[in-house]
Amino acid sequence: MQVEVLVFGQLVELLGASSLSVRLPRPATARDVFHAVLATLPNPAPSIPPLAFAVNRVHATPEAAVEDGDEVALLPPLAGG
Amino acid sequence: MRWPSCLLWRGDSVPHLTTERLRLDRLVAEVLSPERGGVATFIGVVRNHHDGRSVVRLEYSAYDAMAETECQRIVAEATERWPVRVAVEHRLGTLEVGDAAVMVAAAAAHRAQAFEACRYVIEELKRRVPVWKREHFAVGSMVWVEPAGAGAAGGNVPPDGAAR
Repeated sequence: MQVEVLVFGQLVELLGASSLSVRLPRPATARDVFHAVLATLPNPAPSIPPLAFAVNRVHATPEAAVEDGDEVALLPPLAGG
Repeated sequence: MRWPSCLLWRGDSVPHLTTERLRLDRLVAEVLSPERGGVATFIGVVRNHHDGRSVVRLEYSAYDAMAETECQRIVAEATERWPVRVAVEHRLGTLEVGDAAVMVAAAAAHRAQAFEACRYVIEELKRRVPVWKREHFAVGSMVWVEPAGAGAAGGNVPPDGAAR
């Protein structure tokens, strides 16, 4: 299946893009999507800040199930306000 | 960087995210009504220092669609918990020292509920609304802000926060 991944903050610079599509086998979790993104990076992978996840614009745990076509966001530490 | 080119709108047609200068008078006007005698407000302002370094400006960006939705959820939660009317706005883009980055207004019949609801909205916003900022220092360098106590890899926001 294919999911759309959005990244923000310092992750945009680390990955060189603000969004990408990744293919991965189902069933898959948000954490699996993160590892699929890491796999697209050249070695050695840059250091990644602590991340949270959102699936379809709702905060999600790393174990949250991800379906084909979902929008998965990798959120570096929030810093609003 | 994501700018709010396509904003979702709150019920009264005012977005929670904006690149415009924030106006407290407009926010207060939104929550005022004849039966509400207590209005509490909070303003978060760009300060000139962080961790002992001299800050000249901040650059705010957001996951626009989710940030709007999360603001709507927080406002709905506050109005469920207290008999209040609340309004919140967060500014995005480049802000100078002294600029307001976020404003909250809460109006209730009496002050206690207004203070509590105002506090709830700003605390939940900081915890849950996907906004990031990059600090530009006087010496010319810049860094993404990571709040003290940010969680370990795998989740810095309890997902249950969004469920209610």
